[in-house]
Amino acid sequence: MDTAVKVKKQKSISKYAIYIVLLALTAFFSIVAEGFFTTTNFFNILRQVAVYGIPAVGMTMVIITGGIDISVGSMMGAASVGCASLMVAGLNPILAMLIVLIVGLIVGLLNGFFTYEVGIPPMIVTLAAMSILRGLAYIISGGLPVYGFPASFTALGQGYLGPIPIPVIIMAICFAVGYITLEKTSFGRYVYGIGSNREASRLSGVSVRKVMYSVYGLCGMLAALAGMVLLSRVNSGQPKAGEMYEMDIITAVVLGGVSTTGGEGKITRVIAGLLVMGVLLNGMILMNIPDYYQRVVKGAVLLLAISADMMSQKRLSKKI
Amino acid sequence: MTTNDNILALKHITKRFSGVLALDDVSLELRRGEIHALVGENGAGKSTLIKVITGAHLPTFGEWTFDDKEMTNNSPAISKAAGIGVIYQELNLMPQLTVRENIFYGKEIKKGIFLDEKNMYRDCLKMIDDLGVSVDPNALVRDLSIAEQQVVEIVKAISEDIKFLIMDEPTAPLTNTEIDKLFSVVEKLRAKGITILYISHRLEEIFRISDRVTVLRDGRHVITMNTADTDRPMLIKHMVGREIGQEYPKRTTPIGPPVLEVEGYTNAAIHDCSLTLHKGEILGLAGLVGAGRTEFARGIFGADPISRGTMRLNGEIVEIRTPKDAIRHRIGLITEDRKSQGLLINKGIDFNVVYASLKSVSRAGFVQKKKEAATVSRFSEAMHIKAHSSAQLAKTLSGGNQQKVVLAKWLATQCDILIFDEPTRGIDVGAKREIYQLMRDLVSEGKSILMISSEMPELIGMSDRILVMRKGAITGMLSSEDVKQESILELATE
Repeated sequence: MDTAVKVKKQKSISKYAIYIVLLALTAFFSIVAEGFFTTTNFFNILRQVAVYGIPAVGMTMVIITGGIDISVGSMMGAASVGCASLMVAGLNPILAMLIVLIVGLIVGLLNGFFTYEVGIPPMIVTLAAMSILRGLAYIISGGLPVYGFPASFTALGQGYLGPIPIPVIIMAICFAVGYITLEKTSFGRYVYGIGSNREASRLSGVSVRKVMYSVYGLCGMLAALAGMVLLSRVNSGQPKAGEMYEMDIITAVVLGGVSTTGGEGKITRVIAGLLVMGVLLNGMILMNIPDYYQRVVKGAVLLLAISADMMSQKRLSKKI
Repeated sequence: MTTNDNILALKHITKRFSGVLALDDVSLELRRGEIHALVGENGAGKSTLIKVITGAHLPTFGEWTFDDKEMTNNSPAISKAAGIGVIYQELNLMPQLTVRENIFYGKEIKKGIFLDEKNMYRDCLKMIDDLGVSVDPNALVRDLSIAEQQVVEIVKAISEDIKFLIMDEPTAPLTNTEIDKLFSVVEKLRAKGITILYISHRLEEIFRISDRVTVLRDGRHVITMNTADTDRPMLIKHMVGREIGQEYPKRTTPIGPPVLEVEGYTNAAIHDCSLTLHKGEILGLAGLVGAGRTEFARGIFGADPISRGTMRLNGEIVEIRTPKDAIRHRIGLITEDRKSQGLLINKGIDFNVVYASLKSVSRAGFVQKKKEAATVSRFSEAMHIKAHSSAQLAKTLSGGNQQKVVLAKWLATQCDILIFDEPTRGIDVGAKREIYQLMRDLVSEGKSILMISSEMPELIGMSDRILVMRKGAITGMLSSEDVKQESILELATE
């Protein structure tokens, strides 16, 4: 009984840790970074975060099954120039977006295929996909920015619905759907169950194949969507778009308490993890900290977040 | 000789694990240079005894000496230094390294800071030759047969200057000719003056190779005899010993027509296995560890692929390729290994109980909270799971309660045919009885059970009929009237 109470206490502390970090960072930058604590900047942060947040929903599910997808950044780049090229070729923006979403889904399903059917560790599968997709982004664009598409397309990344930027709305929808899927459906249970014990799940009649394909497919599709939001925001298709974004996305998800060993994590806290990343990046930019240093900080944050996760797991298993 | 003739002397060794007596006042003496066989059923205490000798466990009471040294404060390092070696059933070699590298691992011969490959090769070859076998010291271990790998293990043990070697079921993975070779190696070891404690389920081997034999039963020392003074029936009697009492609830309802008919199931692990299970019946599946019982069950359940064979459910041919198919046809499998195959150990009781029957508590993919809670509480209560909340993590529960969570999960699926693989392994007596009663209740409701067990009394006490398997094939069928433990062992051993 005693240990159970202690475990509960520890759990609740780690539950709120990410919110405390978020508040502390906000307070810190409000003091040191000029122009940080303004409404405009907060919407700015949200809009920046949206591009990470959309694929983070897919990433959260992938990581909960015990996997990982490091190809999302490259997927964003490929989707960006892919969609741009289709529109430049004269395709209707809606149709172009649909095609890119389907391609993103297929790429994700292929990641699922090599992970599940062939049995290659997802880190390796998506490492290969990362290189292939980035290469394709350069091939499609010939290495040059692709631009000159209908003005209406800019609404996706730059538009507003009332005071709220459209990317933020898209992200919110993604999170809502992700939340309902993970928390309310039997599919969501299987995502957690597979991450917790894949063999026991299979022997309980769970179609592990279906779940694995679904989460990787979704992750690919959401990365493609995020790539197009990014395209619309910068208004030109860049083959470099989304480079290293996988890093920020994974960091945000892990900061949100999703365990890299699988089976654990709440999507609501991933939002806090994203905001921490968003505040951190925005604050550093406002403070004119050079990109090189930002990378060092981001890497350190990822390491810290995973260390915290591992240590809390160790502590819990020791207590028990 | 003035020194003691006994190399090993155990005096009143008792080992208790949280209330369970694994070894109960065992005294045993091993003479220098003998091959001493140790036999007993699964759970008789053989492995605990080995672990005491190798220092993996300290005895709760009792003391013992090895080579005239007091060993009460034993540890793996002390036992190794004293000259005790073990060959386990699972070999502990590094497959990517060569034979020589394995043998000298951690005690490499060096010339200055460099490895002295030449000398190591020469020493290695000499040790292998001494045993009258041929294995290339430069071969990679992964390219060797199991038998050759075993030789490497033995050479590795000898290279440590051992005086005493424990061999735990060494012939289980070997073919007959390989066994002959192994025995000649074992005799060479005896000729070198090494004492051997030989553990095997195969009784004929014991008569072939051992000088004396000791029987353990329920953690107690039953008898030690000269092998020449005994015979197989006598040995089996000593191993079985006990009366099978009223521990097992009696059948109250009649057995119905056949529900499950499996014919000619064949895959890599089993060959041409058939069975018929009737409504309301408990069919036992007996055999030694590795006989293919679990593999047969997994085949029926769709957990492993089947290359040949047919299955009929209530007379109709069905095809089961995955566990999902099996559950749809109302067949459930309670696996032998709860932690790795039965439970989501990091999840709560509630998560686990409803996990295999989420469909029945969901509408359009959405889990209905009320229905879910009702299912969880109904089956947790039916199984008398003891916990302070239904969200308590499975890993914090006792073995018996964990097994009840697994059983609750399968009850919730409303399966008509349940396969129990070692349902009471690692569970205390009280929980065992509850599980027996549950099984009886289930068949009274018209469900059917296939029970795999290595515990003979349980198998005989619960089953209506018993199928016996050996080496992946069915070797016999015994009905409850004429079943005796001896007859099962006859069919299960060679």
